[in-house]
Amino acid sequence: MAVLLLAEVNNGELAMDATAKAVTAAKALGDVVVLACGGSAAAAGEAAAKIDGVSKVLVAEDDSLSHRLAESTAALIVSLAGDYDHIVAPSTTDAKNVMARVAGLLDVMIISDATAVVDADTFERPIYAGNAMQTVKSSDSKKVITFRTSTFDAAGEGGSASVETVSAAANPGLSEWVEDKVAESDRPELTSAGVVVSGGRGVGSEESFALIEQLADKLGAAVGASRAAVDSGYAPNDWQVGQTGKVVAPNLYVAVGISGAIQHLAGMKDSKIIVAINKDEEAPIFQVADFGLVADLFEAVPDLISKL
Amino acid sequence: MKVLVPVKRVIDYNVKVRVKADGSGVDLANVKMSMNPFDEISVEQAIRLKEAGQADEVVVVSIGVKQAQETLRTALAMGADRAILVVATDDVHNDIEPLTVAKILKGIVDEEQPGLVLCGKQAIDNDMNATGQMLSALLGWSQATFASEVGIEGDKAVVTREVDGGLQTIKVNMPTVVTVDLRLNEPRYASLPNIMKAKKKPLDEKTPADYGVEVSNRLEIIKTVEPAARAAGITVASVDELVAKLKEAGAV
Ligand SMILES: Cc1cc2nc3c(=O)[nH]c(=O)nc-3n(C[C@H](O)[C@H](O)[C@H](O)COP(=O)(O)OP(=O)(O)OC[C@H]3O[C@@H](n4cnc5c(N)ncnc54)[C@H](O)[C@@H]3O)c2cc1C
Ligand SMILES: Cc1cc2nc3c(=O)[nH]c(=O)nc-3n(C[C@H](O)[C@H](O)[C@H](O)COP(=O)(O)OP(=O)(O)OC[C@H]3O[C@@H](n4cnc5c(N)ncnc54)[C@H](O)[C@@H]3O)c2cc1C
Repeated sequence: MAVLLLAEVNNGELAMDATAKAVTAAKALGDVVVLACGGSAAAAGEAAAKIDGVSKVLVAEDDSLSHRLAESTAALIVSLAGDYDHIVAPSTTDAKNVMARVAGLLDVMIISDATAVVDADTFERPIYAGNAMQTVKSSDSKKVITFRTSTFDAAGEGGSASVETVSAAANPGLSEWVEDKVAESDRPELTSAGVVVSGGRGVGSEESFALIEQLADKLGAAVGASRAAVDSGYAPNDWQVGQTGKVVAPNLYVAVGISGAIQHLAGMKDSKIIVAINKDEEAPIFQVADFGLVADLFEAVPDLISKL
Repeated sequence: MKVLVPVKRVIDYNVKVRVKADGSGVDLANVKMSMNPFDEISVEQAIRLKEAGQADEVVVVSIGVKQAQETLRTALAMGADRAILVVATDDVHNDIEPLTVAKILKGIVDEEQPGLVLCGKQAIDNDMNATGQMLSALLGWSQATFASEVGIEGDKAVVTREVDGGLQTIKVNMPTVVTVDLRLNEPRYASLPNIMKAKKKPLDEKTPADYGVEVSNRLEIIKTVEPAARAAGITVASVDELVAKLKEAGAV
């Protein structure tokens, strides 16, 4: 049977990278039918139809579906669930919010953050902040899964799937949107960037964090942060990398003034090349770094910026 | 209003976990266990609501092994009023799936009729990020996940959520299930007198059968392995050497 894949749609626009990575994971399970839903979703549906391996796109547009409210989005997915053995999504905060609710409504377990498909019932996922990898086999008739995007390559473009319209389910009317606070940025998106520069508590202040941003801009990188840096107000919450923040696996990850707690490593240790700059040679971050520089960041980073 | 707070006993976040040699899971024998850090934040939030006069009773509940009563005593020492322990297994290695936990919690909600359930966003052992959403689904209630701010306005809760793009604020009908994120508050430490007092607070012991729930798992664990280790790296002596190495590796 086919796979229903919830596309990541933000303000009517398809998040191509996250969606195309989930398509790669889902292809192993059957024909992929993408659901694009929201207050406006037609353009996102058209974009999804071009992803290689997508066999059909369903578009649902309704006011009740705007802002990805969990109750109405889950109700829509459940109304379509009958035709599918697998209901999947990229592991974004939106999908984690919605898909666990879908699983609850369908009386099945969720398989969160799957990193590999073994067969139609069996999946791999990290547990304990990535300190162990578990293979689980589901006995549920329908599988509800979120895929960790950092472990799958994005499917290419060039497809031309058909697009159909479906209607929203009855609005449960349980919640309403008030506002979004989204920081505008010209930098690449953290979870899809090829290079990420992250700062930690060692950076010391919101003002000095500009140094991290300058290095990032020099490298065309996205900016990340440790939890300590976010908690201290040096960086916004959506920059947090780690067990409870974003999981990234860029070609190059530069950790500056970050000690390397397991919760932080959980979000970046699959990066291809890791650089650590820290003044403490005992810092655990050096155990995962390919290139470690024991130095004061306030000297090393400006020097690095000038020499790149 | 009554607030229900589910708390999970998990491996302490500072402990280095070890995968068991037979691949059946992670070794939990004789390791330090603590309250899931997210759940300390939920307990704190519930107590603050009570201190602000917006809640009149805080009930904490844990589902798992008998030793979870230590976790519940910690919550009582922080300021919760009463605890319910649902003994669902006698082996720490036998964790209960979120779907089963949610079904038991639904039974407790039906009995206790809270106006608000405050869950953690995820448990740091299995990182499922599921229980709160599943409970909300089973109850047919609203949900507000990953909360960094929670306000109560009459029969609605106004919740600011930490999402991939930044922050989202929503207004949900009460009763509701809120799952809390790390920046909602800083949990207090229990004082010695409060730890003593907590020993006398009521703690009811129940079983899943009391709520008509059979404990069975939908996911079978095939194997558990250590993640692939990274190859050892090198220490560079200067920024110049770092730049040279990065160029050599084609990274810049
Ligand atoms: C439930 C839970 C979830 C968590 N989730 C996350 C998560 O998702 N992401 C995350 O990052 N953390 C997370 N944490 C927090 C984590 O445990 C650490 O506390 C945090 O990562 C530490 O951040 P840090 O490395 O910036 O700060 P510190 O550990 O304080 O390290 C600062 C480093 O900067 C170095 N330094 C200081 N000054 C300089 C200088 N001038 N030049 C060079 N180096 C300098 C120091 O040597 C030190 O190594 C979580 C914790 C818990 C309990
Ligand atoms: C056959 C089988 C065997 C398993 N064996 C193991 C094993 O050996 N070791 C192992 O670690 N895992 C095992 N698991 C996995 C485990 O059952 C679940 O994945 C896990 O219990 C739920 O994930 P979570 O705790 O991350 O929940 P989350 O949904 O992430 O938890 C979120 C919140 O829900 C609440 N909550 C969750 N659980 C409880 C609870 N018990 N009591 C009160 N509140 C709670 C808390 O508020 C918590 O903050 C096994 C699963 C199966 C199917």
